[in-house]
Amino acid sequence: MSSALTVKSELIYRHTIPIRIMHWINVICFTVLLMSGLNIFNAHPALNLGKSSYNNLAPILELKAAKLHTGELIGKTNILGVEFNTTGVLGASSDSNGTLISRGFPSWATIPGPQWLAMARHWHFFFAWLFVINGFCYLAYSFLTKHIQRDLLTTRSDRASIWQSIKDHVHFRHATGEEAKRYNVLQKIAYLSVIFILLPLVILMGWAMSPFMDSLIPGWVDLFGGRQTARTIHFIVAWLLVAFVSIHVFEVIITGLWNNIRSMITGKYRVDTDQSVKSNHEKAAGEKP
Amino acid sequence: MTHETGRRRFFTRALAGISALALAGCDKLSQSESFTKLLSTGESLSKNAHRLVSRKSMAQEFSEADMSPSFRSNGTSMPNSVEYQALVETGFADWALEVNGLVSQPQKFTLAQLQALPSRTQITRHDCVEGWSAIGKWKGVPLHEVLSRVQPSENARYVVFHCADPMEEDGTNKYYESIDMEDSNHTQTILAYELNGETLPVKNGAPIRLRVERQLGYKQAKYIMRIELVDSFEHIAGGKGGYWEDTGYEWYAGI
Repeated sequence: MSSALTVKSELIYRHTIPIRIMHWINVICFTVLLMSGLNIFNAHPALNLGKSSYNNLAPILELKAAKLHTGELIGKTNILGVEFNTTGVLGASSDSNGTLISRGFPSWATIPGPQWLAMARHWHFFFAWLFVINGFCYLAYSFLTKHIQRDLLTTRSDRASIWQSIKDHVHFRHATGEEAKRYNVLQKIAYLSVIFILLPLVILMGWAMSPFMDSLIPGWVDLFGGRQTARTIHFIVAWLLVAFVSIHVFEVIITGLWNNIRSMITGKYRVDTDQSVKSNHEKAAGEKP
Repeated sequence: MTHETGRRRFFTRALAGISALALAGCDKLSQSESFTKLLSTGESLSKNAHRLVSRKSMAQEFSEADMSPSFRSNGTSMPNSVEYQALVETGFADWALEVNGLVSQPQKFTLAQLQALPSRTQITRHDCVEGWSAIGKWKGVPLHEVLSRVQPSENARYVVFHCADPMEEDGTNKYYESIDMEDSNHTQTILAYELNGETLPVKNGAPIRLRVERQLGYKQAKYIMRIELVDSFEHIAGGKGGYWEDTGYEWYAGI
């Protein structure tokens, strides 16, 4: 590209309007689902395995409060039989008046803030519908416009460069130039895993907790270990999604926060095209020693 | 660049401010009638979707090996009512289930009469709205066996269960629940008088409790005294069709 020597960067159109809208709907839905889900969890802050809660198996996670002889309340977190003092955050935390009370997750992490199961369920199920409808729209749009086939499916060269991509990520080396115009292989794998594994699984495990959904094909819930195991998986997958979002936001910040955010608002993404700045991928791959 | 850092500081502060406002906003919205009405469209969506998919699907039934060692008692374990406690004294000999409302043959059934009707035994899972569950074996009379004997009117739309347990300290606000005619005619909807092969204990709802297996625990009314068929439950107690519904829980508890 001869012009590359004179043009240092260009603005490309990265995300289409439907993708941008659906992305931000996801942000709202996921936030509400997570926080209302934690409020629902607080109604029974323990995770069990099996077809029911009462099967002689100890819970694998339990958040509880205990009173010391001094009358002081302490919060305890029990994971696989190992107990931690988590006063102030898990098991026991402050209410709106600053008084320490017994509750699983703290009020700043839940919707609504106070413990209110009925209301948390209303929030959760409304936004679950919105999230699922949005997800179907995304799939339909992305398959029809070939966004998934073109931008998300890994190519042969992608798969060959996995190790290199891992090293690049660990060293916070980011693609520039032409390479920055497409998703890298780890990014593709992360997106595909979320879209086709984690999200379907979290929805399915949510359904497994519904007595009606269980009745559609009697016994299907046992394929996942039973209803209480399904509830535990629902919880774990929710936190895997939080882990994905954390890494996603971290990458957004370190690869150019405003450029990334702009691309998800206006669609425009700035790509460095100055040929003197070689892509890290090329440099690392040693294409030109 | 000062322009850049200024902008960054602005955005960071805006983000923190927006989060705090959003959280406070969510709590405000939870108090707003129109917003909670909007949220409750989720409930009607679920109910309609479920009804569309299947009206007669059967809840999973389990084997004896899956049964919980002891069936947890939740909510009321001994109704705080002199009348109820008198019934317990005599082993419910003086108890009779009154079935009335929009029926052409209102009737009273003694426990012996109910037990003489065809029965159904099912090992099912009880899913509490809180998140826990327990598996128990129930034996009882299918509700449709009782209803067919009182002949519901054409305009009967809901079956209301009036219970003995007061939910307030002063003995008022008795527990009640309601289901629609579809669910009342479902094969697994029974008035249970036995749990795990024994007479239904007081802590689990003696003399009879409802089992409506494709819904959550709070629908499974205990200590049933009277069954009333209605075309609307708006005039009963808080008007939402059940004790917990009146406090904000969904009437349709299939999820």
